[in-house]
Amino acid sequence: MSEKTIERPTTDEAAIAKEIEAEEKAAARQASLLRDGWADLRKRPLFIVTSLIILILLALAIAPSLFTARSPFSDGFCQLQNSMNGPSSGHLFGYDVQGCDIYTRTVYGARNSVVVGVVTTTATTLIGGLVGMLAGLIGGWADALLSRITEVFAGLPLIIGGLLIMSIWGGGDVWSVSFIMAILGWPQVYRIMRGEVIANKYNDYVTAARALGAGSWRIAFRHILPNTLAPVIVITTMNLGVYISAEAALSYLGIGIQYPNISWGVMISDAQDRFLTSPHALMFPAGALSITVLAFIMLGDVVRDAFDPKMR
Amino acid sequence: MTIIDPTDAVPAQRPGDHENTGPLLEVRDLHVEFQTREGVVKAVNGVNYTVDSGETLAVLGESGSGKSVTAQAIMGILDMPPARIPQGEIRFYGQDMLTMGAEERRKLRGARIAMIFQDALSSLNPVLSVGFQLGEMFRVHQGMSRKQAKAKSIELMDRVKIPAAAARVNDYPHQFSGGMRQRIMIAMALALEPDLIIADEPTTALDVTVQAQVMDLLAELQREYRMGLILITHDLGVVADVADKIAVMYAGRIVETAPVHELYKRPAHPYTRGLLDSIPRLDQKGQELYAIQGLPPNLLKVPQGCAFNPRCDKAQDICRTEFPPLVPVTEADGTELPGRASACHFWKETIHG
Amino acid sequence: MGRYVARRLLQVIPVVIGVTFIIFCLVFALPGDPIQALAGDKRADPNIAAILRAHYHLNEPLYQQYWHYISGVLTGDLGETYNGRAISDIVSERFPVTLKLGLTSFALEAVIGIIAGIFSALKKGKFIDNVVLVSTLVLISIPVFVLGSVLQLEFGVNLKITPVAGIEHGWPQSYILPAVVLASTSMAYIARLVRTSMMESVRADYVRTAIAKGLPTRRVIGVHAMRNSLIPVVTFLGFDLGALMGGAIITERVFNMPGIGGQLAQSVYLRERPVVVGLVTLLVLIYLVANLLVDLLYAVLDPRIRYE
Repeated sequence: MSEKTIERPTTDEAAIAKEIEAEEKAAARQASLLRDGWADLRKRPLFIVTSLIILILLALAIAPSLFTARSPFSDGFCQLQNSMNGPSSGHLFGYDVQGCDIYTRTVYGARNSVVVGVVTTTATTLIGGLVGMLAGLIGGWADALLSRITEVFAGLPLIIGGLLIMSIWGGGDVWSVSFIMAILGWPQVYRIMRGEVIANKYNDYVTAARALGAGSWRIAFRHILPNTLAPVIVITTMNLGVYISAEAALSYLGIGIQYPNISWGVMISDAQDRFLTSPHALMFPAGALSITVLAFIMLGDVVRDAFDPKMR
Repeated sequence: MTIIDPTDAVPAQRPGDHENTGPLLEVRDLHVEFQTREGVVKAVNGVNYTVDSGETLAVLGESGSGKSVTAQAIMGILDMPPARIPQGEIRFYGQDMLTMGAEERRKLRGARIAMIFQDALSSLNPVLSVGFQLGEMFRVHQGMSRKQAKAKSIELMDRVKIPAAAARVNDYPHQFSGGMRQRIMIAMALALEPDLIIADEPTTALDVTVQAQVMDLLAELQREYRMGLILITHDLGVVADVADKIAVMYAGRIVETAPVHELYKRPAHPYTRGLLDSIPRLDQKGQELYAIQGLPPNLLKVPQGCAFNPRCDKAQDICRTEFPPLVPVTEADGTELPGRASACHFWKETIHG
Repeated sequence: MGRYVARRLLQVIPVVIGVTFIIFCLVFALPGDPIQALAGDKRADPNIAAILRAHYHLNEPLYQQYWHYISGVLTGDLGETYNGRAISDIVSERFPVTLKLGLTSFALEAVIGIIAGIFSALKKGKFIDNVVLVSTLVLISIPVFVLGSVLQLEFGVNLKITPVAGIEHGWPQSYILPAVVLASTSMAYIARLVRTSMMESVRADYVRTAIAKGLPTRRVIGVHAMRNSLIPVVTFLGFDLGALMGGAIITERVFNMPGIGGQLAQSVYLRERPVVVGLVTLLVLIYLVANLLVDLLYAVLDPRIRYE
């Protein structure tokens, strides 16, 4: 018997037994949903392929020096006489306008993309999830107030808002870019979380738990929260790709990550002026970016198929 | 290449008018199965019944007994695939609907055979006004203009006793009460005065007081238009006053048929007896209510022999090995009992014992 | 319906105030001397600075400054550039380009997205469904500026089907390729959204009823299933307008089009802060109004919303 049931002084034993049963059922239902989802996921070839791509990407981000002998930050890395030279042996991706080796820069660019994606997604999920849960659970005036505040933030679209803030405050490194995108991005998670909490709040098993005298926090954490997880997991996975893409877009516009930090977006932007004559400088970072985004979007897709049977 | 029928808009030719070669509806040896991930689910396994004009057949059974699937097969609204009809015939005035062309079949739907669904809230389109949904019947099948169709819709709503019909014709389904919504469903089914109406649990979703009103309305309209009615239900209480004959289904088969009062008086199958015993009765107040033990069978692996045997308190060895066919039921002295049949090895003991 | 409209209109007011206030605070209430910031690296002349300070109401309290800003915005005064040109002039000169680009791409994404989604849903698991699923995935993953550059090279330079850049050839020649690029991501999202919601409504009870009524298939799909599937798409289109405007900034840069987006990108690059602020304010207001319109359209499509 758990401690919580001992603490409960008034209810008779039958009610306690019932409550335990109801809770176990709800917990089991959730556990089985997640377990089924995971079992389903592991069997999908698409999941294995995307996981492999993402693992490689993580390896690139953590230890770029394993993949290239050169360092983009060393002296003499860029040799202007090599400017815009095409791919050659030893320099598979060729050189950019500054005469820097594109392969090495592409490898080192992975880290910033991954960090921006992970940090922004984590931040939006935490802020949006927490605020959304509060709004949904408390309801009433708090819900109304939080929803209005959210609408204000949602009123600034990601690229436009980012453009404004960064043109004033200046962008620069991954942290400021992530911070600004998180500020603009959390309303999306808020909406999903709030909607899910409200939908679950009135479910029969929650009503039953409440009728049996379960406390608010207990209901929130044992009954409501687990049931909101599937859609939040799905949107989180997809957002990894979306924010990596958004960072590249902002960097492309010259307001995201800036020199000396390496960003695929900046590399693409730099290569664009000469794209028509030497496309290789654009194609390699663009390819890396596209494959990365594709991997996360596909992962989101298979995760949704596995965890959210409604959406199938 | 099919040539587009110029009479597209007029009601489909009534086969019954010139080649009245059979009863209104005759279902013969109908089988329906569903392809699922776990295997083939045999939902209907050789069902036979007939319905005549003006007659009401009640089809009784638990969920999963195949009663609704049979009805959907008759309507031609099964999703195929996953559903499949490997064998059987569904004859409408003698003409097998399963061999008809899709377009011919469509023209029968709604116009000659109509269906009333259980949950009117989800069965009516939430974003279209009830007037539009009713009027659609006239516009599609009879080529009426929007205006004419609207007038007809108001008439129909009056017919099913919806107050202030003219004012409410542009309202949406969610603005009506449950009982009123079900009346709209009935009105929609009646719109083109079909020969046959299939009502799939028409009152299950309603309050008890409203249930009686809706049933009475349905019965009254059926008498008036002399329609055949198939009433699908799991509630024996509903059918007693309305039905002429009853078919009891279990695990995709008919296990007993009988005229309605005969069945109540003397059931010839233990399952029917169990159903009757589980109706609360005033004279048994205070006693524990009878309930059939166990659960409906898993259609993926129907028990050997008689499908009901694991739940039957009279089951013998033969019930577990040998499948009981539907056989005519007679009096103890051998006198025929018209319309009666039972699929029980021990029907004699059940009816006479 | 009237009540719903009124409530929605009232709700949008605090949001407009909130968003403009954030923009205002970000820009005008920054610590430091905005006049010095205006002057950039040069030393500001004290006399001119005093005049400018009075001109921009910088000696007044914050709420009054905000009032000047918001009343300016609402009367069409978006501020001035460094050399004294009204930003509203720039807008009226450049807006038609962006509007043409935006509407063309909006039409493309809605029409192609919806049609692809419906076919995909109706042929679930078949060849065409897989084509739609794979191609939408690719479109979502390729960033707009990459797709833009590639199509520009292929169609403009190599195949010479479309102009490479600029708007000299007018609508539609100069606009079609940028519009396709701008529409691509949203088109893919719409196709997937329509596919999902269509598959859901095809299984709905009311569609079964429609079939039981003997309606022809095209009417069952076109009237009964479609109407319901389009509701989430309408919501998405409103939301999407923000992405579309962000995309327009990039697309106009790639194709060198003299629209609002191109101007914005250029102003960011040249650090012309007042222009950035004025244009962003305008775009945000358009976004909010468009979302309001979408909500009203939503109520027209879904009667259940109206009577809440």
